[in-house]
Amino acid sequence: MNQVLASMAGNVWKVLVQAGDQIEAGQEVVILESMKMEIPIEAETAGTVKAVKVQEGDFVNEGDLLVEFE
Amino acid sequence: MFDKILIANRGEIAVRVIRTCKRMNVKTVAVYSEADAEAPHVKLADEAYLIGGSRVNDSYLNIDKIIEIAKQTGAEAVHPGYGLLSENSAFARRCEEAGIVFIGPSPDVIARMGSKIESRKAMEEVGVPVVPGITHPLADEEEAAQVASKMGYPVMLKASAGGGGIGMQIVRSEEELRKAFAGNQKRATDFFGDGAMYIEKYIENPRHIEIQILADKAGNTVYLWERECSIQRRHQKVVEEAPSPFLDETTRIAMGEAAVRAAKSLGYSNAGTIEFLVDTDRNFYFLEMNTRLQVEHPVTEEITGLDLVEWQLQIAAGQLLTFGQSDVKRQGHAIEVRIYAEDPKTFFPSPGTITKFSVPEGKGIRHELAVNERSVVTPFYDPMIAKLIVTGDTREEAIDRLQSALADYHVEGIKTNIPMLQQVAAHPAFRSGDTTTDFVTVHLQRK
Repeated sequence: MNQVLASMAGNVWKVLVQAGDQIEAGQEVVILESMKMEIPIEAETAGTVKAVKVQEGDFVNEGDLLVEFE
Repeated sequence: MFDKILIANRGEIAVRVIRTCKRMNVKTVAVYSEADAEAPHVKLADEAYLIGGSRVNDSYLNIDKIIEIAKQTGAEAVHPGYGLLSENSAFARRCEEAGIVFIGPSPDVIARMGSKIESRKAMEEVGVPVVPGITHPLADEEEAAQVASKMGYPVMLKASAGGGGIGMQIVRSEEELRKAFAGNQKRATDFFGDGAMYIEKYIENPRHIEIQILADKAGNTVYLWERECSIQRRHQKVVEEAPSPFLDETTRIAMGEAAVRAAKSLGYSNAGTIEFLVDTDRNFYFLEMNTRLQVEHPVTEEITGLDLVEWQLQIAAGQLLTFGQSDVKRQGHAIEVRIYAEDPKTFFPSPGTITKFSVPEGKGIRHELAVNERSVVTPFYDPMIAKLIVTGDTREEAIDRLQSALADYHVEGIKTNIPMLQQVAAHPAFRSGDTTTDFVTVHLQRK
């Protein structure tokens, strides 16, 4: 099981994938927004999205689980 | 002088304005968002009013609400700080219409300097140099070669429709230009659907050096020397100092006089700053004008002994400058560093609760703080939480003081850029004054 974690604390601005999507390494899966900065979060490896753990507008802390895939 | 003013801002700048107001016996009205209910500026002001939700659009940018509170509380003037509404000409106009003094220049001047083309024209009219470039697309390779040879190499070949560095190429000779032109034009057409090409003079290893001015409503205008603000990350300044380690006296005075000429021609009043790019031969080119107080104003205050907020209030109240250019002092050296709530390596924001906050005290150390122990740094606003300003008789002394002050600066609970600032302060290139705008990329290997 692979996971994509938040690299900073902030609000979930955009969720770019949904369960079942095929993703490639380096693909942006979520965009976080904090302190007037937008930070795209990328998947490190390729796989299929199993579950998206956050919704747009959620507040996440650094290290929180955003997306699970396999 | 005003009896009471409203401060339409938050953080360290609101605190900074309140401090001067207290000394001048001017009463202060603070406004705040839900996230800022416990913020220092709310506690320090004589009165404070909740204006809306945590997001800036609901609170600090809510013009109607801010004007309503100014009227309700009998505030005679509004200090906009920096950022937020400070360069919003519509806000300045609304204040005027409501019979409230906007502490800044006229709405027309704000609007004019807010436009890249307009401000460039205004500067050209009074002989202030701008980065040489053309304002119509190039017809063909021949014209490109003609324009470039007139301008002098290197030049930047730019696709009109490009952006963010895409569609731009530095060319260093006519041969290179001729080789590059057709290909770039074709790529621009393919990628952007628009093949319009421009040429601009390319400034190599530039420095960002700006001139602080003060101008009263009768047009008396002085320059308060320069600040060098070359060290930046994500195009935001991190370290600022005065005087610049690079300028010679002739260039310094030429830049000061150009800034005064520009301000006078605009009918400018208030504190203001003309930003320039300076090349390795000390040619300077206008970048933009900031029609407000700036984050880095303390370094100018330290070397001139002037309180810029006090002068903003005096000028807005109709007081004329009581000194001329020859009275403006320049003593010692001052350096400001911005403390950001962010990861020192990735520069990603780091909101959270501050669990420990202690700052060094001593000779030549000044703080401008927006937080304390137990403050919550929220994701809603700018990451800057504090500024550290050090002074010394010489630049060396100021750098020594900066290094020891940073070593004694403790923030826990959130990440800050202090480790990055320590790297800058300890770097031989910084010590030697080699502070170009690519300092962070070149010397710290980061973007």
